[in-house]
Amino acid sequence: MELTPKAKKTMVTAALIGPAAIWLFVFMVLPFFAILVFSVGERAPAGGYQPAFTFDQFANLGARAAAFVNTLTLAPIGAIACLLIAYPLAYYLAVKVDPRRRLLLVSLVVVPFWTSMLVRTYSWMYLLGARGIPHVLELIGIENVRLINTPGAVLLGIVYGYLPLMILPIFVSLEKLDRRLLEASADLGAKPISTFFNITLPLSLPGVMTGVALVTILLLGEYLIPQLLGGGKVFFIGNALVDLFLQSRNWPLGSAIAVTLVIVVVAVLLISMRIAWRFAGTRQIDLV
Amino acid sequence: MRAFATAVYLFLYAPIALVVLFSFNSGRSASEFVGFSTQWYGRALSNTFLMEALQTSLIVAFVSATLAAVFGTMAAIGLERVGGRTRAVFDGLFAAAIVVPGVVIGISTLVALVQVFSVLNPALAALWPGQAPPQLGLGYGSIIAAHGMFTMSLVAMIVKARIASLGRDIVEASNDLYATPLTTFRRIVLPQIRPSILAGFLLAFTFSFDDFIIAFFVAGSNNTLPMYIFASIRRGVTPEINAVATMVLAASIVMIVIARFLMRDKKTAD
Repeated sequence: MELTPKAKKTMVTAALIGPAAIWLFVFMVLPFFAILVFSVGERAPAGGYQPAFTFDQFANLGARAAAFVNTLTLAPIGAIACLLIAYPLAYYLAVKVDPRRRLLLVSLVVVPFWTSMLVRTYSWMYLLGARGIPHVLELIGIENVRLINTPGAVLLGIVYGYLPLMILPIFVSLEKLDRRLLEASADLGAKPISTFFNITLPLSLPGVMTGVALVTILLLGEYLIPQLLGGGKVFFIGNALVDLFLQSRNWPLGSAIAVTLVIVVVAVLLISMRIAWRFAGTRQIDLV
Repeated sequence: MRAFATAVYLFLYAPIALVVLFSFNSGRSASEFVGFSTQWYGRALSNTFLMEALQTSLIVAFVSATLAAVFGTMAAIGLERVGGRTRAVFDGLFAAAIVVPGVVIGISTLVALVQVFSVLNPALAALWPGQAPPQLGLGYGSIIAAHGMFTMSLVAMIVKARIASLGRDIVEASNDLYATPLTTFRRIVLPQIRPSILAGFLLAFTFSFDDFIIAFFVAGSNNTLPMYIFASIRRGVTPEINAVATMVLAASIVMIVIARFLMRDKKTAD
């Protein structure tokens, strides 16, 4: 039997997309379905899971309220802290710096983002730990300074880890800014400061939104930074999940928390996309 | 303004620089540099646990990035040939794979695989003709599957963006000149998307090589390099960890610089 050209084309298309579709289905859709099922189950007496249909786990989320409170406060605070440092730097890179040096300086921002988060967080563990900055302070007479395992240390780690991700989208939106608008504003007698607040800042808001949304979303699932710099005292949802799955072996409650985390992430994503649409023309950003 | 920028770059690089500096310390201290020595590198390289973890990480990163690059590229090309609705579904799936936190990917893969194995292993034992039936379990395969799921989506997005920016006229010209679709693909399309495929591969490799949290859940009894580093950090900070960290940093910096160079090539071509 001879295949029609159309049937042949369909088969080629299916062969091209098939592997990706199967992979996504088996290792993303199916697993998500599995934790959905587990989240309405019960904890088996010896740990693990036993089938049931109950919303007890969701009612019991309050047992891990501290993790939710820490995550939902430190993630936005961290994102804002990143923004406060990132905006001036992005502005400097896009507007002030010599264009010949721009490429190098932007690359220097990108590179840390793609290097091991574990190693970069370790560097602060090293610096803030007893043999790091506190030890140096002791040498000049300031004693008993404790830096590591505090909320401040976690916040510092967050800013350090996610700053590059905040700088990039803001830089892109500022770089695309039409310079003639700035000239026109100046020609019409506006002071630099009012040009900034009336033109530059509003036009860079899509980049700011993208950066804040990206950083917040990634922070919601953070594990390493609170683990290494918070020392079990400042823990996030991610840390609670590791505990529930690998130590206390309460898989149903862990699944309920994981499902809730995904819902929160999707909600943050949808809200920020909604806001981004308000601004004219969202821009694509390059992460590399 | 300039002073501020300098301060930010110092903030970004000084902690890393200190880790690198103290990896060459001949003493054990994190705050006093006693003298220059490469002894910690020697110790790291002769540590069998560490070398096993490195080997696991390299194999997992290479295999998952290769599969991700191949299947991601195939999907990006295939999605050019389908209707808007199918494409939107896949765009959503790719975006979901990238947005869902790593910790959730790790957990859900673990939960699903444990269930699947609990069904498959007895079935396999019942059907197996020989004495010792193979036991399915967590290991290289599960890490590769979970990493690849994520990085394949990354590659598909990168290659799709590149295809979207390609000129259609040259493809049409090739077809008009009676080139077969395969020839057109090989001679016209592939050379233009090759840099983005390679960049996607390198990013996928870097991601997999650096990932801790997904592997933490699905690695079974294997250790990846980040898992080994994490475990040693919990035992205490030593210059040996600094030496390992320095080597990991150097490897990912080389990767990202190459990837960026390749992507840059694409931008000047546009």
